[in-house]
Amino acid sequence: MAQATLVAEQRRALPSNLIWGIVAVVAVIATFYFYGTRPAVTTAILASALRQATPLVLGALSGLYCERSGVINIGIEGMMLVGAFVAFLTNVYTANLFLATVVGVASGVLTGLLHAFLSVTIKMDQIISGTIINILALELTGFFYQAGLTTQGKLTPVAIPLLSDIPLIGPVLFNNPPITYLSIILVIVTHILLFRTVWGLRTRAVGEHPRAADTVGIDVIRTRYINVMLGGALAGLAGAYLTLEAVGSFERAMTNGRGFVALAVMIFGKWTPLGAWGAALLFGLANALQTQAQFSNFDAIPHQFVGMLPYILTIVVLAGFVGRAHPPAAIGQPYDKE
Amino acid sequence: MPYAQITPALTQLTKLIKLAHEATMTQQPPPPAPPVLELRGITKRFPGVLANDNVDLELHKGEILALLGENGAGKSTLMNVIYGLYRPDEGEVMVNGEAVDFGDPGEAIERGIGMVHQHFMLVPTLTVAENIMLGREITRGPFLDQATARQRILDLSEQYGLRVNPDAYVRDISVGAQQRAEIVKALFRGADILILDEPTAVLTPQEADDLFKVIRNLVAQGKSIIFISHKLREVLALSDRVDVLRHGRIVGDIATKDATREILASMMVGRDVNLVVEKGPADPQEVVLQVDGLRVKDDRGLMAVDDLSLTVRAGEILGVAGVQGNGQTELVEAIVGLRHVEGGTVRIAERDVTNAKPRTITELGVAHIPEDRQHDGMVGSYSIADNLVLNSYYLKPFATGMVMNDEVINEQATQLVEKFDVRTPSIRTAAGDLSGGNQQKVIVAREFSRDVKLIVAAQPTRGIDVGSIEFIHTQLVHLRDEGAGVLLVSAELDEILALADRIAVVFHGHVIETLSRDEATRDKLGLLMAGVSETQSNEGVG
Repeated sequence: MAQATLVAEQRRALPSNLIWGIVAVVAVIATFYFYGTRPAVTTAILASALRQATPLVLGALSGLYCERSGVINIGIEGMMLVGAFVAFLTNVYTANLFLATVVGVASGVLTGLLHAFLSVTIKMDQIISGTIINILALELTGFFYQAGLTTQGKLTPVAIPLLSDIPLIGPVLFNNPPITYLSIILVIVTHILLFRTVWGLRTRAVGEHPRAADTVGIDVIRTRYINVMLGGALAGLAGAYLTLEAVGSFERAMTNGRGFVALAVMIFGKWTPLGAWGAALLFGLANALQTQAQFSNFDAIPHQFVGMLPYILTIVVLAGFVGRAHPPAAIGQPYDKE
Repeated sequence: MPYAQITPALTQLTKLIKLAHEATMTQQPPPPAPPVLELRGITKRFPGVLANDNVDLELHKGEILALLGENGAGKSTLMNVIYGLYRPDEGEVMVNGEAVDFGDPGEAIERGIGMVHQHFMLVPTLTVAENIMLGREITRGPFLDQATARQRILDLSEQYGLRVNPDAYVRDISVGAQQRAEIVKALFRGADILILDEPTAVLTPQEADDLFKVIRNLVAQGKSIIFISHKLREVLALSDRVDVLRHGRIVGDIATKDATREILASMMVGRDVNLVVEKGPADPQEVVLQVDGLRVKDDRGLMAVDDLSLTVRAGEILGVAGVQGNGQTELVEAIVGLRHVEGGTVRIAERDVTNAKPRTITELGVAHIPEDRQHDGMVGSYSIADNLVLNSYYLKPFATGMVMNDEVINEQATQLVEKFDVRTPSIRTAAGDLSGGNQQKVIVAREFSRDVKLIVAAQPTRGIDVGSIEFIHTQLVHLRDEGAGVLLVSAELDEILALADRIAVVFHGHVIETLSRDEATRDKLGLLMAGVSETQSNEGVG
């Protein structure tokens, strides 16, 4: 029977790889075609896609750390919002962008700690714990935000010498602000951490079969705490991206559902960092296209419909249209020793 | 004198002392080594339960100690104390004569204790190698060193004759292979004392024999083993010494060579037990269950029952033998209407009931003892009385129109509790609060207290005490003699051999062969359960 399962899985895996191969080839051809006809617009859309993808991929990585260790995180939205607000305030009062980023990340760690405390120690339902964080973040940041605070500048693109001169690829990949670069590095770091290191192996074991991990002497509670706090840090960074890099200031509820889209991105990427990155780029592209459509006189389709693109994509993904993905088996279950 | 001159002289001297010491050691008999593991007065309480009561236990080097006891006797609790999963409330654990106090399994592993749990502690989505090194990872710099781990696993595999494929994913390998991986996992951690908790529960008899060979090999190479079981046959075949646990207390410590099945069984239960089910020859009548070409999918959508046919006649017991997971669960659920039938037919008492509603099937006179009694057999939060009318609450005299007649229901409950010997404080007690054996008696009482034509019993005695097993077996034979047909699905070969008049062996979702009780031997059944059909080749020749 085990063999039958294996065969069935291989049968399922093969066409899906083929499909992704075709998608990649079509994407490359399309890119060159559009670049040939309208180079400026194509470059702008792709560069925008990458930046729009940044908070999504950071949010997805946030969810990934939590869920791989067995803790559902639907509080990404709230964690992001707290990070965005705290980073913004720090920037306003210190005018130090680096410090603001660090403090934004630290605030994410604290919301992560709260989530870990509620869901791991108190063993509260993890969905409820995440919801508490979302509501708390929305109301607290809304309450403490005063209109009229002025920002002290924002993170600006840093062009990498030589590489940024390559046509198309240069402006898209090598002329970005710091957190966007950092997000790409973090994707790779997370991939290596998760699949090549002791920490990753233990995290995956804890998320799949915590009792098995416990019986070989792994501290399940500690592993979950650290991963959820790491997840908080990444959501905080995503928030800092919004206020310090993308917009430059804070608005009430400015995350605007990105935390939930990030969750969809994580699932679309089948709980892997590289998959999440690909999914985030797709969502980013959808976003970039809808922004571009509003600016150009492209009026074959009303821009409201184009604006729905990212959300329709989210629904399609969450409805399981892209094939079954298996979440870590122990997800959502608090660990009880006896 | 300078150090440079002293040091070689000193080394010389130590060598001489060592040699002299070794010489004297060989001349005199060595002092008796302390037991590798010793428990003194271990007591462990859980709220309302005294799981272990002042337990003393000794394990010597190179010994196979069997720990025998019924379910709920406290065997697993005791082992979890040794393994550091629980802390004892009183008493101490000594390893090699030294008192230890394990806060977690990591510390027990550190002292050379390894455990193979009844439910394997393997992560299905990781490879065998990753599972084995988990918690004791081999690294090169910051990264996992899969190559070295792989090599060490293969070395261990070779040394102890445990075949494992380090690169396979655990979810893809057989149960037997998973168990070998578990043992290698313990050895990888340097275990000298191995605790095996009910290791044969999921194995075919042949796989169990292979396991016994491995265990003897381990002992020959200096390991010490605690083997937990409730199967007398295995305990007698494998162990050097038996400790019997009952109600959390050690009630017997006996060398295996002095033990018999009867002695062990009465120690385990606390009274004399009738191990043989008394039954006369069967008198098969008309067909009550006819299954033809049945095809049923499991929860994952794979065809678990594939072209299965069998017949049960009134007045006989058909035993369905097979390793767990060969479609037995799906077969039973399809017969009683709990699972969709993809193809083929089920006929009960001449009537086609393929994909009929469970109530239709029940009303035809089918009794069902489900495999998972807490999930499918009862509503745990309901009282015993209400559980006893789960299949008849809407019928007279239990109900008049929409209104249930509590008086009649309670009266029936009082009678059935008495008749089926359900040990309970009251008929209003929640069924979920009873022990496993008493829960099963409630289900049996409900199912058997009607006019039944067919009994579908899935693992009817799993996890219950010997006294209840005896009772349920007697009931099954009694109903057979009264003219009911019985389909008995069991993973316990002993149960099948004790009760069945004919035996159908299932493998990969179909009946590989049906034997009469007289032809069936343990070896023959074991081979069939592993998918080896001898008659097929014999028929070709003859």
